[in-house]
Amino acid sequence: MESSLNTSLAILGVLVSLGAVFGCVLAFANKKFAVEINPLIHIVEDVLPKGQCGACGYPGCMAYAEAVVLDPEVSPSCCIPGKEEVARQVAELTGKVMAKIEPRIAQVKCAGTYSKAVRSNEYYGVDDCVAANLIFGGDKVCKYGCLGMGSCARACPFGAITMSPEGLPIVSPDKCTGCGVCENTCPKKVISMMPIGALVRVNCNSHDKGPQAKKACSAACIGCTLCMKSCPYEAIKMDNSLAVVDGNVCIEKCSNPVCLEKCPTGAIKPAVVGILPGTEN
Amino acid sequence: MEYFTLFMSAVIVNNFVLTRFLGLCIFFGVSKNLDASLGMGVAVTSIMTLSSALAWAVHHYVLHPQGLEFLTTAVFVVLIACFVQLLEMIIRKYSPTLYNMWGIYLLLIATNCIVFGVPVINAESGFNFTQSIVNSFGSGVGFALALVLMASLREKLRYADVPKPLEGLGIAFILAGMLALSFFGFSGMIPT
Repeated sequence: MESSLNTSLAILGVLVSLGAVFGCVLAFANKKFAVEINPLIHIVEDVLPKGQCGACGYPGCMAYAEAVVLDPEVSPSCCIPGKEEVARQVAELTGKVMAKIEPRIAQVKCAGTYSKAVRSNEYYGVDDCVAANLIFGGDKVCKYGCLGMGSCARACPFGAITMSPEGLPIVSPDKCTGCGVCENTCPKKVISMMPIGALVRVNCNSHDKGPQAKKACSAACIGCTLCMKSCPYEAIKMDNSLAVVDGNVCIEKCSNPVCLEKCPTGAIKPAVVGILPGTEN
Repeated sequence: MEYFTLFMSAVIVNNFVLTRFLGLCIFFGVSKNLDASLGMGVAVTSIMTLSSALAWAVHHYVLHPQGLEFLTTAVFVVLIACFVQLLEMIIRKYSPTLYNMWGIYLLLIATNCIVFGVPVINAESGFNFTQSIVNSFGSGVGFALALVLMASLREKLRYADVPKPLEGLGIAFILAGMLALSFFGFSGMIPT
């Protein structure tokens, strides 16, 4: 009894005194070796959206704040999620000239719901697109389509992506900041960024030739080139049997998208409703 | 001669990564390119040597006389975490270049099993001060050796046609296994 009490006291004494010594040393060192950090860095960091998405090209908001304050070469407009508002504030704080930011939004280039896309196998594995893609490129016949397991939704730092019951991601235009994290996460590159304001988008990612694409998915772009021929501004090009819309041309010139009616499979869709002039219905 | 044997034993025969399987998270995390792995190897070696000197002092002058060896684990954890933080502050103040080079690795080291494992092994084997230092330095060199070997292999691997499901970590694990297998060839060369 006596000895166990002594041991407990010794433990207490040793641990407390060691802790105190270490604590004191650290506290002293903290004062003694304090490094002066430019306070502006913290102010700039507070302005940034703190999604830590890395769209600026730096590992996190703190690193970008440091770079933009200390390095005169770094532009104040690198923060894509922050849009113009943040760029303006950062430019004001650092005394730099802001460049124009092109607002972007994520678009899902796939309409292959469970009912439309044909499946080639059944996948029982980790519920993650990257894992599924490693095994025969997923369970759809179409090797370009969305795998529907929501890796993009989990990766989105702003919670802008939800999965629909039909197994496709839905991007919320209010929350999407265009940071591009989903684009880098998706193993199929089904999600990509497009400039906000384009009237139409191609809702398919399949480069397969027409009959093959049609067999795999009833919503596929079959590469018929009708849209390309119909567009008076040449904003649509064909890339291996897939129509690709040049969003910038589309924004600048087009007010009456005739391509929408021409598409026989409905693979060309109006871009996000509500943001665009003329689609406020 | 005794110290040389101890050193070689720590570097090759009892290589921490490849025969004792400690410090694996750094081993896979930082072995993607040669430069980073060299930096990490130097950082681990120096911190391990310094912290085991400190740990030896604490063990020898505080824990052992009180008969409190069973507190070794708890005390060493706190000691190493504190020490790495202290070192980080000092490096940040006096050598920003080194800090930028080491910054992220220092934090990784603070809670790593290999930095903790060496002082514990020193204490359990009853090494004296010089032996502890030699053993920790040797272990650090061994760790750096394993890291550099692995990084060189993985740099070559970048140009290899790896089967898709094995890309990245998968093939790295297989490589590490083969490397460990070859290091097992050294076992028994130095009688313990």
